[in-house]
Amino acid sequence: MTQLVYGTLGYDAAHMLGGLMLLLSFTLLSQRRMTALIDIYALQATCLALAAFWQGHVQSAPALYLTGAIAFAAKAVLIPAALRRLMLRLQLTETMEPALGIFASMALGVGLVVLSIMVVLPVTMQSQALTREDLALALSVVLLGLLMMISRRSAFAQVIGFMSLENGLILAAIGVAGMPLVVELSLAVLILVAFVVFGAFLRRMDRQFHSLDTTNLDRVGGQHR
Amino acid sequence: MTGLPNWIDPVALVPGFPLLGALLAAMLRDPRLGAGITILSAGLGLAASLALPFEMGSSTFLLVDPLSAHVTILTAFVGFTSALYSLGDISRELAAGRLDGPRVQTYHALFQSFLGFMLLALLSNNLGVAWVSLEAATISAVLVVGLPRTPEAIEASWKFFLICGVGIALAFFGTVVLYLAALPATGPGYAGMSWTGLATAAPHSRGALLNLAFVFLLVGYGTKAGLAPLHSWMPDAHAEGPTPVSAVLSGSVLNVALVLILRLRGLMAQNAEAVNPGPPILALGLLSVLLAAFSLWGRRDVKRFFAFSSIEQSGLAAFAVGLGGTGAIFAGLLHMTVHTLAKSAVFQAVGRAAQRKGSQSFTGITGLLASDRALGLTLAAGIIAIAGLPPFGLFASEVLILSETMRAAPALVPLLILGLLVSAWKLIARLITLCLGDPTAGQGPPATRLALLPAWLHLAIVAILGFAMPGAIAAWLLQAAKVVTP
Repeated sequence: MTQLVYGTLGYDAAHMLGGLMLLLSFTLLSQRRMTALIDIYALQATCLALAAFWQGHVQSAPALYLTGAIAFAAKAVLIPAALRRLMLRLQLTETMEPALGIFASMALGVGLVVLSIMVVLPVTMQSQALTREDLALALSVVLLGLLMMISRRSAFAQVIGFMSLENGLILAAIGVAGMPLVVELSLAVLILVAFVVFGAFLRRMDRQFHSLDTTNLDRVGGQHR
Repeated sequence: MTGLPNWIDPVALVPGFPLLGALLAAMLRDPRLGAGITILSAGLGLAASLALPFEMGSSTFLLVDPLSAHVTILTAFVGFTSALYSLGDISRELAAGRLDGPRVQTYHALFQSFLGFMLLALLSNNLGVAWVSLEAATISAVLVVGLPRTPEAIEASWKFFLICGVGIALAFFGTVVLYLAALPATGPGYAGMSWTGLATAAPHSRGALLNLAFVFLLVGYGTKAGLAPLHSWMPDAHAEGPTPVSAVLSGSVLNVALVLILRLRGLMAQNAEAVNPGPPILALGLLSVLLAAFSLWGRRDVKRFFAFSSIEQSGLAAFAVGLGGTGAIFAGLLHMTVHTLAKSAVFQAVGRAAQRKGSQSFTGITGLLASDRALGLTLAAGIIAIAGLPPFGLFASEVLILSETMRAAPALVPLLILGLLVSAWKLIARLITLCLGDPTAGQGPPATRLALLPAWLHLAIVAILGFAMPGAIAAWLLQAAKVVTP
């Protein structure tokens, strides 16, 4: 645990997995097709699971193996499989135009990463190098997830954005050595994700709307009520 | 509570009863039994909460101090009266066909789990547990709001979920960073996640990290407190969900979130390196007051209108918390208390009026005083109370907050007065259209006196706190305020 400095394997592997997650967040931002979004999300969840396993190994914290296993089973396998099935059943094959152009959202995304590095690194001067950079990466993933929720009009893309945001949260929690309740918390977050997905299904199943376009939300609120 | 076995913490009974009730109601698929269970478990939860002042102390997971005890009793009380009110309300919804048998059963289970998890969040000493509880309470509330299954209700619950989901996700990140900030002072373990451990460690925590945690927790829990700019879930959730839930949602969720923000403020204030937490909270509060006050104009839906008023009142309480100092926090807690009581009374009366008139818009509900005298008077008294007029308690708390503002931030007084005046003006204007004038035809059954009893009880307490506050209650509130201002 004390060996986690730049250039050692423990540091490099954790750093690489966090970096991969961030890269996949950017890929999510640039995708228009629903199937691609689901695949990339599953890949990101796999990276998260690997990161949790790795942290469990270097911190000698067996509980993190459980976190990793849960993340893998639920987020890399089950939820994507359910989403794919639902897409087939509802025949959601259309591509989704983002509210914000791809280039603009990428540029904003880069800005957010710079912001989170500038925010996190100076305030964590005395923390372990790994914790610092993991936190910066995690915050970037969180902010990119938020950006995706804002920049997409389709409810399903927003759900993917929310789920990717949540991957960032777990990345932050596993990177902090010795934090209690990480397994329980990650499970609770997962329940939240499951409900968001379920809610999106329910809404779609409702079939009272013919589009998932969230401009329909204006039906409630706005000027006419 | 001495007859209990050792392994049961009497404090845990407070959220325990409603949560158990939720489980029972979910398992027994009988709407009649469900209503009984709701009232029984909310009542037992309230009874257990009344013992809290004699159970001060903290453990790894639970914390009872004057602050948590006060807000817990308040929440349990409103939960109980709303459960009583929901008995009639839900059966009328059933009769009107807006809900069916299985959904009523689901409603009872969700109402109890919502209440139980809020109480757990208030009494929890562990930030992780508080977070999970608030999350669970949010999920329950979202599902309840969507229960009528109308397109509007489903959209409202979706919006509620998405915005609050983002809010609590940010709060999660804040919790991790807060733990990291306290890590050098507390060492690994539960201390860095408990309010008591964090309070001891606060002076030696890393100030810069505390600042980062503060930003995320304030925005995250601020969403749940209905503070601008992340308040937009509230009006929809109130307008579309069942009324008893509006009554609890309007007071209690806001209070839980404000208490968490208040505790966070206490931590920040103890650390010399950390930024002063006051101004950001104050700014969000003032923004909410002004935004909500002006949003009251042009609302046509009655429940949506009062939801905006809740945002304003929550903003005012947050403003007082931001001002800081024992006096202002005392005023903020008093305001939170009287607003919760008055607003749930208003929602009960409004819900009743909407069922009576078969409409939820201002044009559909007029002349209540002429058609339903008792209901009209109750609603009028409630609106006068939340407009901040004497003799009700909100007058006292608003005057206190204003005088504290005069002392601590005189430049903000005109803005605050503007917000309060604009909203009071509109509230009174709406009072006139709702209660006076030619009555619209009633379609539903008239309100019985019994159904209005909880609202009268609330308003009586608010009035007593307004013009003759017992010394014991003032001392009790002062103690609660001192928890976070050593």
